[in-house]
Amino acid sequence: MARVVHAIQCIVCPIGCGGEVTVEDGTVTTLTGFTCNKGLAYAAEEVVSPKRMVTTTVRVSGGGLPLLPVVSVAPVPKDRIFDCLSLLRGVSVKAPVAEGEIIVADALGLGVDFRAARDIAVQ
Amino acid sequence: MTGTFGAGPLPATADVVVIGGGVVGCAIARELTRFELSVLLIERAPDVATGTSKANSGILHAGFDADPGTWKAKLNVRGARLYADLAEGLGIPRKATGSLVVAKDAGQMDTVEELRQRGRDNGVPGLEIWNRDRLLAHEPNISPEVAGALWAPSGAIVCPFLATVGFAENAILNGARIVTECAVIGIDVAGGAIAAVRTTRGRVATRFVVNAAGLHSDAVARLAGDDSFAIRPRRGEYILFDRSVGPLVNTVLFPTPDKVSKGILVAPTVHGNLFIGPDAVDIDDPDDRETTAGGLAGIVAGARRIMPALPLGTAITEFAGLRAAAGKDFVIGPSPVTRGLVHAAGIQSPGLTSAPAIGETMVEVLAEAGLKLRPKAGFVPVNPAKPRFHDLDRPAQAALVAADPLHGRVICRCETITEAEIVAAILSPCGARTVDGVKRRVRAGAGRCQGGFCGPRVTAILARELGIPVTAVRKDTADSWLFLPRADIGAGEGVHA
Amino acid sequence: MRELSYDVVAIGGGPAGMAAALSAREAGAERVLIIERDRELGGILQQCIHNGFGLRRFEEELTGPGYAHRYIEMVRNSDIDVWLDTTVLAAEPGGVITSVSPQAGLQVVRATSVVYAMGCRERTRGAIRTPGSRPAGVFTAGAAQRMVNMEGYLPGKEVVIVGSGDIGLIMARRMTFEGAKVKAVFEIMPYSNGLTRNIVQCLEDFGIPLYLGHSVTAIHGKDRVTGITVSQVNEKLEIVPDTAFDVACDCVLLSVGLIPENELGRAAGLALDPITGGALVDQFRQTSLPGFFAAGNVLHVHDLVDWVSEEAAIAGRSAARHARGELPAGGEARQVAAGEGIRTVVPQRLSPLEPGKMSVRFYFRATRPMGASLLQLYADGELAFERKLRIVKPSEMIVADIPVRKIGAAARLEFRLAPAPGKVETEEEIGEEA
Repeated sequence: MARVVHAIQCIVCPIGCGGEVTVEDGTVTTLTGFTCNKGLAYAAEEVVSPKRMVTTTVRVSGGGLPLLPVVSVAPVPKDRIFDCLSLLRGVSVKAPVAEGEIIVADALGLGVDFRAARDIAVQ
Repeated sequence: MTGTFGAGPLPATADVVVIGGGVVGCAIARELTRFELSVLLIERAPDVATGTSKANSGILHAGFDADPGTWKAKLNVRGARLYADLAEGLGIPRKATGSLVVAKDAGQMDTVEELRQRGRDNGVPGLEIWNRDRLLAHEPNISPEVAGALWAPSGAIVCPFLATVGFAENAILNGARIVTECAVIGIDVAGGAIAAVRTTRGRVATRFVVNAAGLHSDAVARLAGDDSFAIRPRRGEYILFDRSVGPLVNTVLFPTPDKVSKGILVAPTVHGNLFIGPDAVDIDDPDDRETTAGGLAGIVAGARRIMPALPLGTAITEFAGLRAAAGKDFVIGPSPVTRGLVHAAGIQSPGLTSAPAIGETMVEVLAEAGLKLRPKAGFVPVNPAKPRFHDLDRPAQAALVAADPLHGRVICRCETITEAEIVAAILSPCGARTVDGVKRRVRAGAGRCQGGFCGPRVTAILARELGIPVTAVRKDTADSWLFLPRADIGAGEGVHA
Repeated sequence: MRELSYDVVAIGGGPAGMAAALSAREAGAERVLIIERDRELGGILQQCIHNGFGLRRFEEELTGPGYAHRYIEMVRNSDIDVWLDTTVLAAEPGGVITSVSPQAGLQVVRATSVVYAMGCRERTRGAIRTPGSRPAGVFTAGAAQRMVNMEGYLPGKEVVIVGSGDIGLIMARRMTFEGAKVKAVFEIMPYSNGLTRNIVQCLEDFGIPLYLGHSVTAIHGKDRVTGITVSQVNEKLEIVPDTAFDVACDCVLLSVGLIPENELGRAAGLALDPITGGALVDQFRQTSLPGFFAAGNVLHVHDLVDWVSEEAAIAGRSAARHARGELPAGGEARQVAAGEGIRTVVPQRLSPLEPGKMSVRFYFRATRPMGASLLQLYADGELAFERKLRIVKPSEMIVADIPVRKIGAAARLEFRLAPAPGKVETEEEIGEEA
């Protein structure tokens, strides 16, 4: 029975509670120190399958600006962040773009879309 | 016929080659264009005024400080008078602030009286000794622990960058060619006389070379077999303050000087800033322009002796300049070794003030060295006026925008500089090629945000006007690239049309 | 020269200007104008492509451009006039605004009410007087952020970040995402100025070391940055001898503070708070110049844009009421002092409170980090009100509604932060603006 205790800083809200998560054989068994449900949920996931929201830019042509900011609609597994960035670096779209439009659907088969964070009008 | 400016091809021959694009070299080039001569000025940096000419006190000294009979004394006084006549026509901002040498006690008052005598001997007009009350009435924000001062009404302040550019632009308008990014790698001497200059851009045959190479003028002389002088760089550090505290002083304030330097000043700039400095420290490397913690602390301490309530919180930038010191006086005159080589070297204070007078003198020196001088008809002594948007009243500003909409876009918010002014600074005969070159000409980036807001915009305008990618735009020196391209992996088909 | 008149003019079209204009219109101002110097609305938000915005305001986590989009849509759907690519040259007492743009030339606008919403600028290397040379490659973090996120250029490949404020931390991640190597973040204070979540997701996630209590003592390089020298500092921020080390880099990003951009106000004789760097205002956000209001970063540097929108809504409503002559005038304003533990408080003055008003919302910044604390109001030297806070950080704005009855008629008002006895389990609700 492998038992590991992780110290985790919660990043869900500005307070930044710290606590400990005990994992036995890959399952979370105990959580201490976190003071709300969101924090408990974050901490439990963070030790087993950490995820992060990803924001970056893609090229856009024909608009007033050369770059379109995009955002993942859900957190992406932390160890796939750089693969997502590589994928998006090769993406180029054409203006007009509307805020919220899906730019890349189901990136890398992870079930996470990337959406346009703003409008880009035709220049 | 207009000359040229830029990192372009070198002509195969020239009547005179001026080495060095500082204020002295440019002033000399301008004087030479009064004559029927092909004048070539070569400068190793991408712009003029990148050496000592851009890192000094900006003062036109009255001339009481130099020992009578020296080049410094003669050329200072003559130069100050020339600026009074030339500045406006060449577009050189100049303010006749006068200057004060502040004495803190009776002993210093004696020194100050000696300076007055020396000044009289040098032909400096209007010198007066002021008592404490008179001094404090003129400068209410300085330390009350003062005994009096020497008042020199002919002292003035000037923009050293625009002085250099002003001389250079006029030289170009009158036919001079200025080739930048061109470093001297050798000088060919045949039978004890100049035959050619070899540069990183090729070889130019000439019989006359003016050595105005500042901190490297001894190295240039040695290329021609002349080691008659040595340059010891002497660093001076400065702190520049926001324009909002410019009104704290009305004139240039010197401490009572010592043997080594004029001392740490508290003074206005012609653009309305306050500055303090310089100190004086001998160093070895003629290219080392780092400021130091000790140096900055030292000039603060020195300046506080004149102004205890120095508004340190309003500092906007610090810089260091190197004086190309060759000894007590300028090195002006023909090389003792090589015919056709003339020196305008060892220029330290009052070099900026002396520059136009050095120009006149070098023409005489060249003539004595055998250069044939035929005055040129049609020499144009002034530059075309360049409007400064922020200096104009509202109706004039409105007219300017109506004529050129790019005057309606303010790029530098801190100094209110318009896009049209920046474009003009790039497209004029001695036009900017770098971000700092724009800053030196029109002040965009010289204000309190130090280019934080306008820097990227100036970069983009330079790229557009010069027809180069943004990644090729440089800050100041040849290798001072600013930005890298984003690493895009293949442009590829978009997943969204 | 065209001359036009408006009831309310917002100078600046970022989140503060847009929120002020919208609430002014909503509060009944008929003719409302936003003047913005950039080519689009949104202000600094357009370059803040990371998320973390809007949790309060929209109950959603948005990116900066996403938050801006919401407001831009609201402005687009209103009849508020918007002038883009237009710079205000002067805004004189009496509400005479002179502006210039390429399309419309020089214009004079007469505004009954003006809202300053110009945001702030970044503190520079010159302001912190870092010795060394002046090579290319030294940027303020915000200027670099704009180039990376909006223009598509990188400021360097081997980066050192000076200052651990959120802008620096965010750029540490951004540069890493763009393929640069971020070698370290150096912070002169013994604590970080940024949010814990940013320490985790911008530094720890990528193994970027954070050196607290370190100062950059020199920048090196003749053409381009080649490296920096760093030393430890003691609790008095003095250099500790023999602790210097060098870090090679080609890019230095400075995140060393923000300064409210009040040059227009200064030129008009505006009274400024020397600590915030912004205007002195009352609870209506009216400044010392009658008819001039201020909100957002130009008033005091905010950490959450949600508070900017709320504060700007106060200013906009007040501007509209002033335009209709309805803002209560007269009566001495009481000073509100920042006492022990409080670095800044806004508003710094209280104009006579209107009847029916239940509370006044104050915005504070603490002087130093504290654990469980008590926010206290002393009215004429007596403790009149206390609010428990779980944790206090200088980088996080404290917002509290203070009941009017606790303020009372006291002539001297002073806020303090004191350590709380014992642990604070729950923070009381901040409450709604009455």
